[in-house]
Amino acid sequence: MITIRNLTKSFGPNRVLDDLSMVVPEGQTTVVIGRSGCGKSVLLKHIMGILKPDSGEILIDGRDITKLKASELNQERKRFGMLFQGGALFDSLTVGENVGFSLQEHTNLSEGEIKEIVREKLELVGLRDVEDLRPAELSGGMKKRVALARAMAMDPEIVLYDEPTTGVDPIMADIINDLILSLQERLKVTSLIVTHDMQSAYKIADRIAMLYKGQIVEIGSREEIRNTANPIVRQFIAGASQGPINEN
Amino acid sequence: MLEILGRRTISGLAYLGEISILSVQTLGLSLKPPWKGKNLLAEMVNVGLLSLPVVIITGAFTGMVLAVQSYYVLHKMTLETGIGGLVDLSLARELGPVLTALMLAGRVGAAMTAQLGTMKVTEQIDALQSLAVNPVQYLVVPRFLACLILLPILTVYTVFIGMLGGYIASVKMMGINATFYLSIAVGKVAPHDILNGLIKALFFGMIIGIIACYKGLTAKGGAEGVGRATTGSVVTSCILILVADFFITLALKIVNI
Repeated sequence: MITIRNLTKSFGPNRVLDDLSMVVPEGQTTVVIGRSGCGKSVLLKHIMGILKPDSGEILIDGRDITKLKASELNQERKRFGMLFQGGALFDSLTVGENVGFSLQEHTNLSEGEIKEIVREKLELVGLRDVEDLRPAELSGGMKKRVALARAMAMDPEIVLYDEPTTGVDPIMADIINDLILSLQERLKVTSLIVTHDMQSAYKIADRIAMLYKGQIVEIGSREEIRNTANPIVRQFIAGASQGPINEN
Repeated sequence: MLEILGRRTISGLAYLGEISILSVQTLGLSLKPPWKGKNLLAEMVNVGLLSLPVVIITGAFTGMVLAVQSYYVLHKMTLETGIGGLVDLSLARELGPVLTALMLAGRVGAAMTAQLGTMKVTEQIDALQSLAVNPVQYLVVPRFLACLILLPILTVYTVFIGMLGGYIASVKMMGINATFYLSIAVGKVAPHDILNGLIKALFFGMIIGIIACYKGLTAKGGAEGVGRATTGSVVTSCILILVADFFITLALKIVNI
């Protein structure tokens, strides 16, 4: 379970997260929705320990990761998998080396065993015989799937997804949604997904939270969010230009 | 006005602080296993082997130009047979390490910054962290060590090729007697002159490695930001090499090297 308490982060004069608190229950998929640039990716990077908050706590199973030393944080990170918005595949490595990267770095498995796990993980995301390709040779959708295979390589307990369906065509977006659902079904991981794609959110979420002006303004099940009376959430899910959400 | 001055001072100090922290982390991790042998080897090929043509051209033409320029001055005083000593000593103590470092700052430093900068703006550095890998250990240490180890070695190449260039220009082009040339050149360069050049090269290697990696890791703002970081890396490294050269020369003079 991930518990976030009073998380605050500013970049210069811009307060991106403002006393944000939320709980991500174990074994469930929680989707955080919000406008582009509202701090969704910043929230994920705090949970991963890539960014340090100005104040607040992030408890992973009761342990505050914001207070950990670098070596302890790295130990904690091995429980996580993260899918980055653009895939963030290492372009100097092949697809196979990308997927097997953490196994190579953190385990004593033989080359053969790593190759076998890499093949399995790639099959899990619907890819075959791509191990020797370079990331530059892949389409946007394939990159996302390879990045997903990489995030799954160490069988993580918690998976963070940063805009998994952004930048791919609607059919590929649905394929990625199905993949997330099937991985969730098979591996029973705790998932936190940030997106502004409502179709995706309704399909994959157990719970949906709305991030606005650095705070979670609403959280609930798919149905609760669909029928909410909160005007901010209603404007966002309707995609209306007029309403309480404005450019400022 | 005071506010701008204050802000610039603070950002300058923060910049120095960040470079110092990266240097300390890199030095600490350089001494600590696990060493990334494969990464180090790849960087050594890039920094060393692939820089050889640049170093050979730099050394050869610097030696030749130095010989030709010296000839015009020394010829008037009928001291042209002393060219060998002048060329060899200048190359070993000063021009060899400085020119090698400046060429490497352009060839290797720029490439390192561009590569790390691209990784930074495409979130590959964040991805490394998310995979529980320390980017300093994985990316900076091999690059730093490759620069540190190979700059002195490349400097030896530059100096040797430069001496050869000086000999060819003096003897084959300016018509100086080979025996006279060699009798004065050989023995002019003492072991402490070589050591002087190598110590400088070692420091210049550290400067290139740290500045290139720092600029890459702090790049932001897409392709434009990577371009800015790359330019900044080359300019900062070149300036620091020239400034450090003066202070290292002074320090080595104090300890008689």
